[in-house]
Amino acid sequence: MRAHAASIRIDNLTVAYDRHPAVHHLCGAFEAGSMTAIVGPNGAGKSSLLKAMVGLLRPAEGRVDVTGALMHDIAYLPQQAELDRQFPICVADTVAMGFWRRSGAFGAITPAMRAASLEALDAVGLRGFESRLIGTLSVGQFQRVLFARVMVQDAPVILLDEPFNAIDTRTTDDLLALVHRWSGERRTIVAVLHDLDQVRRHFPETLLISRELIGWGATGDTLTTDNLQRARRMSEAWDEHAPLCDVAQVQA
Amino acid sequence: MPGPYELLLLPFVEYGFMRRALVACFGLAIGCGPVGVFLILRRMSLVGDAMSHAVLPGAALAFLLFGFSLTAMTVGGFLVGLAVALLAGSVTRLTPLREDASFAALFLISLALGVTLVSVQGSSVDLMHLLFGAILAVDDPALVLVASIASFSVLTLAVIYRALVIECLDPGFLRSVHGHGARYHFLFLVLVVLNLVAGFQSLGTLMTVGLMMLPAAAARFWTAGIGPMLVFSACAAFACGYVGLLVSYHASLPSGPAIILTAGGLYAVSVVFGRHGGLLASYMRAPHYQR
Repeated sequence: MRAHAASIRIDNLTVAYDRHPAVHHLCGAFEAGSMTAIVGPNGAGKSSLLKAMVGLLRPAEGRVDVTGALMHDIAYLPQQAELDRQFPICVADTVAMGFWRRSGAFGAITPAMRAASLEALDAVGLRGFESRLIGTLSVGQFQRVLFARVMVQDAPVILLDEPFNAIDTRTTDDLLALVHRWSGERRTIVAVLHDLDQVRRHFPETLLISRELIGWGATGDTLTTDNLQRARRMSEAWDEHAPLCDVAQVQA
Repeated sequence: MPGPYELLLLPFVEYGFMRRALVACFGLAIGCGPVGVFLILRRMSLVGDAMSHAVLPGAALAFLLFGFSLTAMTVGGFLVGLAVALLAGSVTRLTPLREDASFAALFLISLALGVTLVSVQGSSVDLMHLLFGAILAVDDPALVLVASIASFSVLTLAVIYRALVIECLDPGFLRSVHGHGARYHFLFLVLVVLNLVAGFQSLGTLMTVGLMMLPAAAARFWTAGIGPMLVFSACAAFACGYVGLLVSYHASLPSGPAIILTAGGLYAVSVVFGRHGGLLASYMRAPHYQR
């Protein structure tokens, strides 16, 4: 059990590419220990939001405040890990990367950490895979390895970007059970998802965005037909000659 | 008919210059072999080649200022190589240009500068020496330099090993935990440049790249796992040095190219017969397991 839970406040956040906003003036908070799904059409800024939260993208405006943890204590599982699958490294070592915050570049990977890695592999259903090379795993098995790495990171906040893409039902169910277990340990969970049934069944809170905030709150109240239609309408095409946004000046 | 002793050992027993050359190969193998493995793992195989050209203006400038002084040329080459590596690395990190493109741009500028410097003053013979070396004329200071760089290189790799492996495997992860991946990457580039100038006098920078890349590429076909690859690469590089020197001695061939051609032979054999992904292994049908 974790003594401290962490929350994340999003304050008037805008993330832009070439000055065109992908996330536009977003305000709200992921409460400590909450379990939130982020839903929205493609290009709605879901991944950009996660990247800004973990410090990989610099906000064009506004800020992200993490309370109860440091920004680099957030465990982040990207949509497509830049990971080179042909790299000659074994499963156990890949999982042990999760200890970076404790071991750093030079600290020892202790026997206790090794044991914890094996435990994590056991928890994701990959007992006996520890010395296999990552190149020999299937997509689903590899996603389990990445979940094990998130697990040993032991982070108060866990961000998952479309974690169940191209993953079969059984693996998804196993990994979802793990997410519930993390949530039970008072970790703050944020996951980008597309399967609305899955969101309704497993995630109490939902953030619906389409560049702008559409709805944020209890899943049942957010995922209404009305909101979903608005989200679809707002994901309009890229406008090369869009006028400058003046929301900030209006607010100031 | 000469026996194995005459073939394999006598040249080194009889001639001091052969022994020195062998020791130089040993040092270069220890230094370059592992560095080459990381270049391959980072998909930067051609960066070694680019860097070997990039150090030219430094060495040429030193040659113009101080004459044929190994120390001056080594320091000059190292400084310019370092500048190119750091500039190219920074351009990669700060702009959308990819690593191979930024290295290509900077090494070409550097090479052109070097050729200009050499042609303004100095003869082409010296330039040839710089690029291709003369391993049979290695003196004591050169040996000490090679040994020092090899030691420094291996120790540094041992210290930054974990960070470097993660930075090669999953740079995004290292960024997300604020692991300062750039720091270790730059330090690694320093090692690349150092090892290239280590081979200045013995093999020349161009041939040193061969000793760096060929055994490392061969290692991929025989070993699984990074540790074994590093060991294999260093050992194979030394073996190529030894065999290459013998070939050059018995067949009266230039020693530097003989060493690299030996390494090339090893590479070719590995591509065909290698246990991990070699051509034969992938065409032969091995009996498979039930599960």
